[in-house]
Amino acid sequence: MSTQGYANPNSAGNNYSMNSSQNGGGAAATAAPAAPAAPCQNGPGQTYPAMYPASSYYSSALPAAYPTVAGHNAPPAGKTPVSSTGYSGNYYQNSSGPSPCPAPPRTHQYSTSNAPVQSFQQTAPYAMPAGYYRQTYSHPSQGQPQPQPQQLQPSLVPASSGNNLNAPLYPIVSYPSAPGSSQYGTLRSSQTAAEQLPVSTGMPLTQSSLQQYSQGIGTTPTPAHLGYGAPPLSQTATVNGQSNAVQQHYNQNLHNPMSHHYAAAPPISQSPDKERPPSGTPGTSVHSSPRHHPGGDSSSTTTGSASPVPNSYESVEGGGYSDLAAPPTSVPAKQAPPFGYNYPTMHPAYQQNPAPRPDSSPSHGGYNPPGYQPYSQPFPSLSELSSALGGLGGVSELEAETLRPVNLLQERNILPPKHAPPPEPNLSNDLRKVNCSPDTFRCTLTNIPQTQALLNKARLPLGLLLHPFRDLTQLPVITSNTIVRCRSCRTYINPFVSFLDQRRWKCNLCYRVNDVPDEFMYNPVTRSYGEPHKRPEVQNSTVEFIASSDYMLRPPQPAVYLFVLDVSHNAVESGYLNVFCQSLLDNLEKLPGDTRTRIGFVTFDSTVHFYNLQEGLSQPQMLLVSDIDDVFIPTHDNLLVNLKESKELVKDLLNALPGMFTHTRETQSALGPALQAAYKLMCPTGGRVSVFQTQLPTLGAGLLQSREDPNLRSSTKNVQHLGPATDFYKKLALDCSGQQIGVDLFLLSSQYSDLASLACVSKYSAGSVFYYPSFHHVHNTAQSQKFQKDLQRYLTRKIGFEAVMRIRCTKGLSIHTFHGNFFVRSTDLLSLANVNPDSGFAVQMSIEESLADTSLACFQAALLYTSSKGKRRIRVHTLCLPVVSQLSEVFAGADIQAITCLLANMAIDRSISSSLSDARDALVNAVVDCLTAYRANGSNIQPSGLITPAALRLFPLYVLALLKQKALRTGTSTRLDERVFSMCELKSQPLLQIMRMAHPDLYRIDNMTEQAALHLNDSVIPQPPLLQLTAEKLTREGAFLMDCGSVMFLWVGKCCNETFIRDVLGYPNYASLPSNMTEIPELQTMYSERTRAFISWLLESRTFHPAFHVIKDDTSAKTSFFQHLVEDRTESAFSYYEFLLHIQQQMSK
Amino acid sequence: MEAAVFISSLVDCCALIFLSVYFIITLSDLECDYINARSCCSKLNKWVLPEMVAQALATVLMLVSTHWFVFLLNLPVASWDVYRYVKVPLGNMGVYDPTEIHNRGQLKSHMKEAMIKLGFHLLCFFIYLYSMILALIND
Repeated sequence: MSTQGYANPNSAGNNYSMNSSQNGGGAAATAAPAAPAAPCQNGPGQTYPAMYPASSYYSSALPAAYPTVAGHNAPPAGKTPVSSTGYSGNYYQNSSGPSPCPAPPRTHQYSTSNAPVQSFQQTAPYAMPAGYYRQTYSHPSQGQPQPQPQQLQPSLVPASSGNNLNAPLYPIVSYPSAPGSSQYGTLRSSQTAAEQLPVSTGMPLTQSSLQQYSQGIGTTPTPAHLGYGAPPLSQTATVNGQSNAVQQHYNQNLHNPMSHHYAAAPPISQSPDKERPPSGTPGTSVHSSPRHHPGGDSSSTTTGSASPVPNSYESVEGGGYSDLAAPPTSVPAKQAPPFGYNYPTMHPAYQQNPAPRPDSSPSHGGYNPPGYQPYSQPFPSLSELSSALGGLGGVSELEAETLRPVNLLQERNILPPKHAPPPEPNLSNDLRKVNCSPDTFRCTLTNIPQTQALLNKARLPLGLLLHPFRDLTQLPVITSNTIVRCRSCRTYINPFVSFLDQRRWKCNLCYRVNDVPDEFMYNPVTRSYGEPHKRPEVQNSTVEFIASSDYMLRPPQPAVYLFVLDVSHNAVESGYLNVFCQSLLDNLEKLPGDTRTRIGFVTFDSTVHFYNLQEGLSQPQMLLVSDIDDVFIPTHDNLLVNLKESKELVKDLLNALPGMFTHTRETQSALGPALQAAYKLMCPTGGRVSVFQTQLPTLGAGLLQSREDPNLRSSTKNVQHLGPATDFYKKLALDCSGQQIGVDLFLLSSQYSDLASLACVSKYSAGSVFYYPSFHHVHNTAQSQKFQKDLQRYLTRKIGFEAVMRIRCTKGLSIHTFHGNFFVRSTDLLSLANVNPDSGFAVQMSIEESLADTSLACFQAALLYTSSKGKRRIRVHTLCLPVVSQLSEVFAGADIQAITCLLANMAIDRSISSSLSDARDALVNAVVDCLTAYRANGSNIQPSGLITPAALRLFPLYVLALLKQKALRTGTSTRLDERVFSMCELKSQPLLQIMRMAHPDLYRIDNMTEQAALHLNDSVIPQPPLLQLTAEKLTREGAFLMDCGSVMFLWVGKCCNETFIRDVLGYPNYASLPSNMTEIPELQTMYSERTRAFISWLLESRTFHPAFHVIKDDTSAKTSFFQHLVEDRTESAFSYYEFLLHIQQQMSK
Repeated sequence: MEAAVFISSLVDCCALIFLSVYFIITLSDLECDYINARSCCSKLNKWVLPEMVAQALATVLMLVSTHWFVFLLNLPVASWDVYRYVKVPLGNMGVYDPTEIHNRGQLKSHMKEAMIKLGFHLLCFFIYLYSMILALIND
């Protein structure tokens, strides 16, 4: 099937190329600028140098077209001969004791050059006979097949030389061999086919599926999500009761909206092709796929469709096994009672006495419960909200509320009892409904200031937080010959463009007026013609396109995974190999990929070991290279093997690997050479390299010295060595990024390993970093469990290869800084060798030109990637926000969580480029400046106190939390690696995760009631209120759950209710609780069920499983819990109240 | 002697002007996306040291020939060159780092710097030219 899968997009490209001069000939991915005249922009030249030998792909000399073939067949120049003679000492079979690999005759290893390239049968899809590309044109005016000889040549043909029949008046969509679609497909002739259409089409009814619901993933339906994404379509989804894991698949030319295929069943054709209009071209398509047989193929899903891409997208692509993230869907509960306490308790001491139930004490603060009314509405119930508020009047009410001055020194209970949803942009209901989900795309200011001067006055950062590759429960997938884009700025068409009339649309980013292509006039959802504004692209702000070959620089790469494993003494001692091998064995089937998926292993200590896994071998062979100064690949075949073909050998290897090194005495680690080897191995294809490292690299290139002085861990002065010590890893990462290799780093070490340097290898190759301090499979079970669960997610999560992301924004706005893991290739283009669903990005923006002449600002992030199934796809998110001219409106629209995350990113940059204390000062100044700006512009403000607008009332608290976060804190003993890891996390995690890391959620869970509980799928999920992070809220009688994102603590007080301990934790009383519990047992009591329901509800929204610790009040571990109580004072840091006073003092200066 | 000093500094200055122009062209190529950050930075980093040496040479020449005014004119530029060369963080790939050049408006500030230097070198060029002619006439 992969042949077919590849062939089709390619043929589409063939058609597309004929119009390339009009459509900009965007050969260079999303990057393609409009002018084809600039060769360095359009051609492969724009790409990274030596990224691909680009010329070869489009040539029709097919077997050689895929560069890997040549690369792999060629013996490594200069290396092989040498090693077979003089290097025999360096290059020998590993015959050490326990190795299960017998030594075969050496000649075998070197049989590289002529070996049948068994793993390259995946190149077959690219090696198509030229005839494969033959397309047949149907010309509407003639209604006859017009074979286009030019199309035999699978090369990019500019329109001028392409099709003479096409008088290029506007972007022309040419439909290959599409009997059903041809009628309205090519309206290039002067006759108005639109009028003809109903007549000539003879819409083949019930031919094909319009939407395919790929289910197969048993996530719980999340009805709340229907509000998001595809308003008109979600209705269809609900009709079918398939709100879970839905991928809606629009096919361009499909005519029957009523035929829903449920992908669980094989696509069944509702009707054979006999209904094809006889006027249509006979099936002259030479697609080799059976479904394009001319007459009535019975198993067709896309019959008659000109769709270049098989639309039977069998399963949810790539991430079929991953848990789909379903953000917590809070149901509009009734307002929880406000809880307060006697206010001026300045330094809340940890109360040993039983505290009153929070909500039983009278509220002394000015906390105004109705004030939260608008906020307590969760996002999905947006329509309710807007209807409740009744349009504009309600909106201004909302604004008034967000601007309500709050005196922070008097109001203590500023934390809402529930997670406040992000602020709603002040848009009309229509726009609001289609706007991008805040989980995917968020702006720090939901009201964009008109000018930079206004932004400067507000003293708030302007930026975006993106989570572009998030696991989505619902995503419209569009298969279309022409992807409609603005001809000048290349923006994808989106819900916020305006249609001037039927034939023209105005780009919302650059305001250019573009033509609507004919193809776009037909709406596959409603089956109607002439309603371009009803197309799914225009109805959804998050869509995915299947891209044609114009969006490829080379054939889509297969999924390639290489695992680079540390097997030194230290690594074996920690026992991670067992966990890793077992996890991989368990998940081998679930690795995202198709039949072309390849896998390889490299291990290293002071030497680098490769594993020959050629199909047919009885056992894996280990090849050992000890020349680490100039590492080379011993054989180019069979080190990366087809997973399907060599599965047994891979399993053998994984079973044997943990035992192979048990007696190793090698303590050195040659990480640098191993990475170089991995780079060389992956060079021809690209893919993902997962590196597991357990100590400081001590040998070869990239060796590092220990830089940490343990005595300075708790220094209040500056922290040194936050930046890398060498540029080796950065250079390597850039090389990798150029070859589309992403490197993920797993660091499992108990000693200092200079993560600051090592992390660079992932940072710039768009990888991810995982760190397990003091990992040990026996001594640290919590860490071990977390590693195991993380691996499970890591191995099975969706992955996109050779990706680029471009962020476009309305003219006048520009991006000036990017945060996250990637390489910035040009001003707005991020190069992501791999993209994973768990990484977030942030960008800072500035306003270059006044936005006075527009009322809406739009942002579009387009992520072009190759799915693990070898399809080129583009995921487009568009966000629309209003532009305002008043300072008060800017304050009213501030999104405090987004601001906090962006500030955290900026602070980390600052602490690396300048110093930690600078960064901390800058954070404090951000609050001071902002509040000063508000005071200076506020009118009705009391003279005393610390006044903030309600929208920003959490600002000081969040900044204080950031200052006490591991990454930025001073004075508390923090290991350098942990600090650096925390910085990496803050820079690469999505917003919600960052917020939990900085300001954890605290709940009391020993007395949860069903009051205000959520009812989802028969399970009752209690909703305890969020507590402020202060020891004042803790009581010895209670049990409290703290959710810090990647770790959860359950703190059990000394006098905790014994029923709770017995029913939930499974121990008779407090004294018998062990001090190292890491999970909650599954007990059949109501208490336990309720607690577990609540915890699993908390976990639902995140993809990585947090570590779980049960902490007794009297153990030493409790410091790890108490350090997160950010409102309390520590020896070196302010309490919240002190911090407010500090700010006030700074402001009055 | 006087003339020789100014002739050599004139030549030096010409080289610096060409270098500034080269910097500007390369940076604007990057701005327009004609080349990628990696190749741009490796191109430019190669010339950071020669530029610094040339600037230092001009400064030293003026010092030894005791032309105090021109020396003081050159000194800040020379010290700035040395300062930014010394201040490159360990993990960076030189004064121009491909991973950071698009961040925090660095590209713009590099561009501005190159422009200012071009202006400065042009000014110096005419000073040297004038002084050279004066010296030749005096001889």
